[in-house]
Amino acid sequence: MEHAIEIRGLRKSYGRREVLHGLDLNVPAGEVFALLGPNGAGKTTTVEILEGYRERDGGEARVLGVDPGRATSDFRARIGIVLQSSAVYPTLSVGELLELFAGYYPSPREPGEVVRLVGLEEKRDARVRTLSGGQLRRLDLGLALVGDPELVFLDEPTTGFDPAARRRAWETIRGLRALGKTILLTTHYMEEAQALADRLAILRDGRIVATGSPRDLLDGHTTVEIRYRSGVEEVVLETEEPTRVLHELTADALAAGRELDSLQVRRRTLEDLYLELTRDGE
Amino acid sequence: MRLFLHELAAQQRLYWRSREAAFFTFVMPLVFLVLIGSVYGSSEVDGIRGSTYLLAGLLGYSVIATAFAGLAITLVVRRESGVLKRVRGTPLPTTTFLAAVIGSTLVVIALGALAQLLVGRFVVDAGWPSRPGELAVALLVGAACFAALGLAITGLIRSAEGSSALVNAIYLPLVFISGVFFSVDSLPGFLQAVAEISPLTYLLRLVRECVVAGGEGLGGALEAIAALAGWGLAGLVVAVRMFRWEPREA
Repeated sequence: MEHAIEIRGLRKSYGRREVLHGLDLNVPAGEVFALLGPNGAGKTTTVEILEGYRERDGGEARVLGVDPGRATSDFRARIGIVLQSSAVYPTLSVGELLELFAGYYPSPREPGEVVRLVGLEEKRDARVRTLSGGQLRRLDLGLALVGDPELVFLDEPTTGFDPAARRRAWETIRGLRALGKTILLTTHYMEEAQALADRLAILRDGRIVATGSPRDLLDGHTTVEIRYRSGVEEVVLETEEPTRVLHELTADALAAGRELDSLQVRRRTLEDLYLELTRDGE
Repeated sequence: MRLFLHELAAQQRLYWRSREAAFFTFVMPLVFLVLIGSVYGSSEVDGIRGSTYLLAGLLGYSVIATAFAGLAITLVVRRESGVLKRVRGTPLPTTTFLAAVIGSTLVVIALGALAQLLVGRFVVDAGWPSRPGELAVALLVGAACFAALGLAITGLIRSAEGSSALVNAIYLPLVFISGVFFSVDSLPGFLQAVAEISPLTYLLRLVRECVVAGGEGLGGALEAIAALAGWGLAGLVVAVRMFRWEPREA
């Protein structure tokens, strides 16, 4: 399969501190790929190398077949960027900015259509400085899409959104996927990765510690969590043999004539896996 | 070219919407011309009619205020807020972007000069410039020099808050000692020495040769052109090495 992004042994240092220790990653065209990890894991550095903002110190990178270390206008015309924090001219209106950015691209989308796509119809004539944080984020997304890119980078696109706004953003991202765009997304939210991503990679301290589809990642980890209350204490058991453990537990309780208060048997979620893989201190 | 004009139009819109920049670089010289011109307009400065002396001085002031101070402050504010980084992520070539930003300051300088010439002629009786074509070239040379210095200084400024403080601390004193409002000869000796290296002093000599009746035009101030070229090249060298598109890493 054609890969939109290919990375081999990617390294990056800031001064003497190495922040990426040799990443390998492939993102097939048309896929939504999520890069997860705590703050400082190297997500933004990785994305900014692929966007052509930063030079890598080692390894290979190909984005749409191009070396992003030599990003040209033609390359930038094929990608869309939502930076983690960014700004645009505060004195222009939403419509003016989209028109301005549309003019930078060889075959842009119609700005009016983009305004609708990101749900800013009512703010079209409003100056950027009057927008709320969530509206600014949607404008960022609109500016990333106005050039009709093949590949879209979204660096924490929904951080700070309320749950309803997050669901709307997800719908927009699913819409992009349906159009055949490739999307590389970074996020803190496992829920977001699970909802959107075909595949994901978990990054910790500049290394990939897990990669695969959400289902694959969980299949490798069959632990089940059993919780119940014994008096005032909560008991939590993790086991790979839930049938045996549960059987013993219920048999003991039955024999003693006790109830297993608030009994819960839960398969581990991706969130549990994520927290375990990114936990501090080895 | 289409991209350049597209960006130039946007930069013009941004300039005129920024009331602070438009006031300091466009309106203020006109206010000075009328107010100060009415104080000493009809007396003589350096053997020239006061209002004519002042007109030439303020044409030079507009160049340093727009191409140096305005340009540097605008670019630092945009860099620190992240606008420059966002622009660099688009297919707009960085050279086209910078050309449009500088081109936009040239448009402002040209419109400002036109307004000053009209007010000079009809309000404070400063007369028309003796060599208008050469005056345009002189202003262009000055704008190129100060734009290079403006780009250079952005590399030395670390924060948006610090930008107007530092830039104003450099260019406002220069305005007072380089002969915008009064003759350099009336300054104490050590300030005259500073004036002797100030690029604005040279720009004003050049401009006066093109404004004053009997002035010799560009040919009469070749050493001024050389001094401006020297400053401009020095600015360019620093700008190429120091110009940044993103805030410095914390």
